[in-house]
Amino acid sequence: MTALLTALVAGGLWGAVWMVVVGLLLMLVSGAVAAPPVGMALLAGAVAGAAWLATPREARTRARLALHGAGVALVLMLLTFAAPFGLPLEAVPLQQGVALVVFAAFVAVSLARCLDGYAIEPMGRYGFEVLLLRVLKGLGFVVFTIVVVLPFYVMVMTSLKSQQSLLSNPLDFSVDLSQGAASLFRSYIELFTDFHFGTFLMNTALVSVVTVFVTLAFAIPGAYAVARLKFPGQAFLSRSILLIYMVPAIVLVIPLYAVFSQMGLRNTLTGLMIVYPATTIPVALYMLQGYFRGLPAELEEAGLMDGLSRAGVIWKVTLPLALPALASVSLYVFMIAWNEFLFAFMFLDDLDLFTLSRGVVSLNSSEVPRQHLMAGAVVATVPVLVLFLWFERFLVGGLTAGSVKG
Amino acid sequence: METTMADTHGPPKGAGALAKRESRLAYLMLLPTFVIVLGIVLGPLLANFWISFKPIELADLRAAAPVVNEQLRPRPEAAGDAVILRYRLRNSSRKDAIEGVTLTDTLPEGIAVTLNDDRCALDGRALFCDFGTLGAGERVELQFPTVVGQAYLDAGERARDSDPVLTGDAPNVLTSFTFTLDNFRRIFASDEFWTVLKVSLYYTIFGTVGALVLGLFAAQLLNTAFKGRNVLRGLFLFPYVAPVIAVAFAWVLLLDAGPGGTLNALFQRMGLTDGPINFLGQRAVPFTVFGMAFEFPVALTTVIAFEAWRYFPLSFLFILARMQSISSEMYEAAEMDGATPLQQFWSISLPQLVGILAVLFLLRFIWTFNKFDDIFLLTGGAAGTRTLTVDVYEQAFAVSNLGAGAAVAVVVFAVLLVFALIFFRFSPQDDG
Repeated sequence: MTALLTALVAGGLWGAVWMVVVGLLLMLVSGAVAAPPVGMALLAGAVAGAAWLATPREARTRARLALHGAGVALVLMLLTFAAPFGLPLEAVPLQQGVALVVFAAFVAVSLARCLDGYAIEPMGRYGFEVLLLRVLKGLGFVVFTIVVVLPFYVMVMTSLKSQQSLLSNPLDFSVDLSQGAASLFRSYIELFTDFHFGTFLMNTALVSVVTVFVTLAFAIPGAYAVARLKFPGQAFLSRSILLIYMVPAIVLVIPLYAVFSQMGLRNTLTGLMIVYPATTIPVALYMLQGYFRGLPAELEEAGLMDGLSRAGVIWKVTLPLALPALASVSLYVFMIAWNEFLFAFMFLDDLDLFTLSRGVVSLNSSEVPRQHLMAGAVVATVPVLVLFLWFERFLVGGLTAGSVKG
Repeated sequence: METTMADTHGPPKGAGALAKRESRLAYLMLLPTFVIVLGIVLGPLLANFWISFKPIELADLRAAAPVVNEQLRPRPEAAGDAVILRYRLRNSSRKDAIEGVTLTDTLPEGIAVTLNDDRCALDGRALFCDFGTLGAGERVELQFPTVVGQAYLDAGERARDSDPVLTGDAPNVLTSFTFTLDNFRRIFASDEFWTVLKVSLYYTIFGTVGALVLGLFAAQLLNTAFKGRNVLRGLFLFPYVAPVIAVAFAWVLLLDAGPGGTLNALFQRMGLTDGPINFLGQRAVPFTVFGMAFEFPVALTTVIAFEAWRYFPLSFLFILARMQSISSEMYEAAEMDGATPLQQFWSISLPQLVGILAVLFLLRFIWTFNKFDDIFLLTGGAAGTRTLTVDVYEQAFAVSNLGAGAAVAVVVFAVLLVFALIFFRFSPQDDG
């Protein structure tokens, strides 16, 4: 009996969840004002769960699953009096049809996955927990994906809309492709022509790249010394260097603001190019020294024996071996510099010097329409996300190498 | 001697000199790092203590300086015109006097200037004036009768083509020795400060725990191999990788209470709420449980949710890496003994994860406490979300009282030190 009960509950859950998700998508994509009947979907899902559980194991083929899906759609149609998403069928019929198929397929497949191996028979605690975890994991995937993606989706879609259409129906994220690229990407074009985003982009790129090189130039010798050379205070340094990273930026802002103001460094990109490396060098040094330690010292000793200087050994032996670590550190530092907000916000006053972070904040006013703000956010996000996806392996390695050991 | 030892990998006798050389090299290689860290991190940290004891406003950063305006009037038309060469000097500050004010200028060719002020002297074309001390806001005007010659008109040069050079020592508010305790007195006396401290603690504790719990769940999801796992892992890292300005403004738009707010429109459409919820602008919602009145802090909860959302990827990544290094044999053995999945998680996974969870808690706790950008961009510290870090900004730059801001920053640092001491006192030794 517990198997049947669990299948009913699981089915109901999946029915309700997929109704919310698919109904939401239908609204966002089509712009129609739907009212997803979650209760009815729950009922349909529960029926589907019980039905699949009752299907003999050997009969659970793909064809049977498709039939099962069709059954889910039919039950939902019956329960909602032929208004599966709380809309009359005439309204956006194509999108509704697709949504119904997607809903039925998702419910059927989710249930088939969860109930795989179960039948109407006693299941015991072990079996119950496995089923429970399957359902929870499935729900977890759906919820996490939605929660992570939704803000980015809103960001991109808003940047393609106009202020009036956003205010009249905030849920309508349908994109009218017939208007042509120039009209669709109007916010972006205006950002680059009227709002100096080209300059911001160049400034950000310059500051980030310089930060990466300065950080590496400072951190490589330091990391090598901590990893390979013996000197009083070595153990202390290798442990305490990360403490620097714990100092809050907000505590540094006031003195740096005061001193940089008086030195004429405040409203300059040079100022940022001094501050950013200072905050990233400790982490970079920590990450690199960990990697250097893992490299075989024999190779370096052989190099020294062959008459290379220390600098020669580092340049010709250590660095080529440490390329993956260098890539990780560079990416990590680049990301920090690219995304940095506080110092850019406090230091930069001139429009010509703005970085993207500072520039996007300047768009956050009632005079600038929202789609421009979101387009600015997209412009700031895309380069760093592309870089991240391209080099994900390195970045993930870099992120974890720092503190997973031990 | 030392070099031969090094070259021949000498016996222990020479190790002293060799070791000395090695440590000198090491210090040399670390020198750049020391310099920049001292200059930009540790120096400012100490300077912040210094500033917190000083009566200094944002406007005081522009040090008092003499300003001059030079003019030849009226405009000469022909050779032999009698005009006036005029210098107007002013102390830009209304608070501080400037000492040792001097003016040096090169006069244009072809004009005859009659000096009528004994503070000035003319040597050839070089004019030098010494004004001594210029009081706060004091003005000085010099008017020299001048006859213009043909050479001046021919040269087409103007009197102001050579800028007068001014010198003078004004007290620099940053380096002076006036101290006060007013900054600390002011922040501790205000009622608001204790609320801010409390909000900071709530935000830090719940934000940290939220990010850890979400990370733990996400790591469980991705621990088993399946198609598309790498794609999902990349996707789950998005909130952490994307710039804070982008995701913060996306959330602001998503949660907007006005027309055009996506989430509110959605909730109302689905019949979950009657009116819009002001997620980021509402301080608290009262509710009663068993006759006891409570207040639910809306905006604070929202910023905590944002914090958990943005930083769960970091803990997720670390926890996942740790989970994948647990050997599968233990699970197989447990499976043989009939342990259920939840029992396996409770008795095998969790004990293995305690170390990394403790480290993550420590790091995230400190970083969350230090966090400024997120709350500043989401609410600006309004509606009961002002943490200590936002308060530093408010005091220093919104109220323009740098000293008070620095005093709050000192409190931030002190609280941080207390946390660090507690953590190091009670943390297990092997979790470096």
